[in-house]
Amino acid sequence: MKRYSAWSVFLNGLTGQKNWDRAWRDPEPKTEYDVIIVGAGLHGLATAYYLARNHGITNVAVVEKGWLGSGNAGRNTTIVRSNYMLPGNRPFYEHSLKLWENLSHDLNYNVMFSQRAHVTLLHSPAARDAAARRYNTMRLTGSDGELWDLPTLKRKIPHLNYGPDARFPIIGASAQLRAGSARHDAVAWGYARAADQRGIDILQNCEVTGVLRDGGKVTGVETVRGVIRAKKVGFAVAGHTSRLWRMAGLGKLPIETHKLQAFVSEPLKPLLDQVVVFGVGGAHFYISQSDKGGMVFGGDLDWYKSYAQRGNLPIVQDVAECATSILPCLSRVRLLRHWSGVMDMTMDGSAFICKTPLDNLYLNAGWNYGGFKASPASGWYFADLVANDRPDPVVALHNLTRFERGINLDERGAGPDPKRHG
Amino acid sequence: MSVVPAPIPNGTDNINTMIRINCPFCGERDHSEFSYGGDASVKYPPLDAPADQWLEAVFQRENIDGVQFETWQHLQGCRMWIVVERDTTTHEIHSVRPAHEGIAQALASDKGGEV
Repeated sequence: MKRYSAWSVFLNGLTGQKNWDRAWRDPEPKTEYDVIIVGAGLHGLATAYYLARNHGITNVAVVEKGWLGSGNAGRNTTIVRSNYMLPGNRPFYEHSLKLWENLSHDLNYNVMFSQRAHVTLLHSPAARDAAARRYNTMRLTGSDGELWDLPTLKRKIPHLNYGPDARFPIIGASAQLRAGSARHDAVAWGYARAADQRGIDILQNCEVTGVLRDGGKVTGVETVRGVIRAKKVGFAVAGHTSRLWRMAGLGKLPIETHKLQAFVSEPLKPLLDQVVVFGVGGAHFYISQSDKGGMVFGGDLDWYKSYAQRGNLPIVQDVAECATSILPCLSRVRLLRHWSGVMDMTMDGSAFICKTPLDNLYLNAGWNYGGFKASPASGWYFADLVANDRPDPVVALHNLTRFERGINLDERGAGPDPKRHG
Repeated sequence: MSVVPAPIPNGTDNINTMIRINCPFCGERDHSEFSYGGDASVKYPPLDAPADQWLEAVFQRENIDGVQFETWQHLQGCRMWIVVERDTTTHEIHSVRPAHEGIAQALASDKGGEV
């Protein structure tokens, strides 16, 4: 497999683009691997890549029911940020942002990571105080964060609705300048290609139909392409974690599956340079402009549990109202597409990268709204957990036992109600 | 004369993109009048029950992909809590009844039959 470079682009341009290698193989499943990762989404592919890159474990299969990146990898709003505050989340998301900053070079694949700033609009003194606490915590723990007063915000983003008659008048903003967005498909393809180059088998159209156990150990998985045995198995399947958990005979989880919609408009000329969040104090809305010009935005969950990748209309209306209330210039822009993904919403809004009741089964789940930005660090620490059979201190709190010990990682302070952690 | 376009099939019998819930008191309404509660199979233990029973009730969920019983409240209507039997993969609703047994019985006797 050849490296991508300016030279390879030039040479292939001369030969009519006919001589590119395929980006990854389509191998037949072997009968046994050292590690099987279930789910070829961003988290599963990143895990496979870091297993090879950081730990030298290459006898790995990533099994996927559809095609790689066919789930939430393509059903998000591609926002990358690290403005988390709680110990446990703070270093994890900061590590993820640092990985994002070098990801294109590391993978030899342009993931189009653009550090265009993440700007959260503030609408009340209480929201400003909360933002000051959060962003000062970020600065004290090695990240960046700024508070913008109203004149600064107006200079940076002049076309928001600053009218005194706005539903939530804007009084300022908090901003993380290193945050931004990336190209979701490129992240999946980049990780897949880089993992494949290191010898990892990505098995698509290979749905897991059963989990094989021998007492307190997992011995492999049954798939539609036959039984595959493994010394270690990791789950990274987002909204379908509870299903796999039941296949493994493990009962209940502190997870509920909810769906989240997102939207993209027809392409426009450059309109919005930052990721803008309209959220603190009533509404919940986030918007950015993709490199193709489409306005990419989303809002709340659909407010009821669902495994259907299909959204409801009241949320479409709510999100459209939010869009036009902060950016009235969007009122006659047409929607191009809208989609819905199934989220594994947890009881405290934070994730799991942890061991399980079975010796050699590992869990990566519970990403709520935040899976896209988390994927590099999620793969990094999950690979470390699988390779070394113990969690890194950074993810020590991301376990299933934190609820019984009363150490919830509740970033939003919303209590044990999964739909409230959006 | 307006022409109503044919509904787009979505692979289920229920062609509505919006869930309509048949409130036992108010009749069929859009789901946006209702607020989703959660898994109706959860039974809260006595206040002095051991912590592991409370852990189970508060945090642990079966998270069924298929037909489940779940609680909703008709928040912008009669404010009654109801139990809805719904398929979480298709949004198809099979039955609706009041969550409170006494209200279910009162409504049944009021109508002189089943709820």
